[in-house]
Amino acid sequence: MLIRVYGPGCSRCEKAFAAMEEALQQAGTEGRVEKVSDVQEMVKAAVLATPVVEINGSVVCRGRVPSVSEAVTWIMTSLAEE
Amino acid sequence: MTQKAIGGEETTEKRMPLWKRLAVSALLCAVWYLVYRSLQPAADWFTYSLLGLSSTGHIGSAVAFFAFEAPKVLMLLVLVVFGVGIVRTFFTPQRTRQILAGRNEAVGNVLASLLGIVTPFCSCSAVPLFMGFVQAGIPLGVTLSFLIAAPMINEVALVLLFGMFGWKVAAIYVSTGLCIATVAGWVIGRLKLERFVEQWVYEFQSNGTGYEAEQLAWSDRLKAGKTAVREIVGKVWPYVVAGIAVGAGIHGYVPEGLMASFMGKSAWWAVPAAVLMGVPMYSNAAGIVPIIHALLEKGAALGTALAFMMAVIGLSLPETIILRKVLKVQLIAVFVGVVALGILIVGYLFNFIF
Repeated sequence: MLIRVYGPGCSRCEKAFAAMEEALQQAGTEGRVEKVSDVQEMVKAAVLATPVVEINGSVVCRGRVPSVSEAVTWIMTSLAEE
Repeated sequence: MTQKAIGGEETTEKRMPLWKRLAVSALLCAVWYLVYRSLQPAADWFTYSLLGLSSTGHIGSAVAFFAFEAPKVLMLLVLVVFGVGIVRTFFTPQRTRQILAGRNEAVGNVLASLLGIVTPFCSCSAVPLFMGFVQAGIPLGVTLSFLIAAPMINEVALVLLFGMFGWKVAAIYVSTGLCIATVAGWVIGRLKLERFVEQWVYEFQSNGTGYEAEQLAWSDRLKAGKTAVREIVGKVWPYVVAGIAVGAGIHGYVPEGLMASFMGKSAWWAVPAAVLMGVPMYSNAAGIVPIIHALLEKGAALGTALAFMMAVIGLSLPETIILRKVLKVQLIAVFVGVVALGILIVGYLFNFIF
């Protein structure tokens, strides 16, 4: 599972990254969380407000810091869809 | 096992029915209002009865000011930030982009400025947002109107101005901010400066998908309001309190009319000086407004004070550095120059009128 967190590194982006890492650990599944701050990548993901979270290529959250509990739900849903 | 526990939390939260949430909200509003109305008498009691200070002395004056203004401003801040947080869920950047796409200038500039107020915006996403707007065919001037209005018209500043000076000054702030954003963006559009946008912005190919607006439930919207209060008020309250404390000190100790000599109307150079000082400075609105209140009380002219504030919060060095990724230096210079000029004009205008 590849989780990407888009953002240039402001505090909210860092919080989103930490939340996704925590969620991945809680979900207990294989995968990694990546920080993406390259502008061109952000435009490709249609980022207009950071942070944006993407799981296996699908955007799950835009412009806000997700809670760990909802992040786990997304991860579970994504796993179920595979 | 963790999954079930987490799922449990989530279900309990989602099960609180909407009517119940609204009833709780209404109750909170009523409580807020009652507390708000009792602030002035409470502050007076605290200063004059409890602490026994004299109302004519310096320290009594300063303490009364602080005891009233600090909780008042903080309460207003919580209410407005919550409300604005909810309004912002209706104006996501995606929706704004849709609304502005294909608009021509003038109308586009006005819309972009208005949307700049209600769309959530963080300067860290300025670059991808700029590119997303370009992709949608939004003209450069219109995009810049948005980028000017978004930081300059700030709900924290609005609350503070309203709380400390009343609705007229707050209204002036919003309307002049809108005018500056609209006109500056329009002017830059007229100057046809597209050649000063970095080449790669226009060359960048992307399929332009993914910009659809999300659907949000009311529970998500209320949650967004609460998050806004936690993030914004949580970050800003020490500055607000500190600013009010400084304001209280000035209120109590600085003699009347001291500021009039160099910030008053008769000093014609005060407005340009205020703008020149303010442009390179950046502060959040929270700390500056209470200080401006006290300065105004002591004779500074309204136009000068407003010009200073707008220059500080509207233009920031970090933001220009970020925009450097997409705009060439000449365009950034024009951008800063036009906005500064707009602020200058507003400053003189208000000194003239008031």
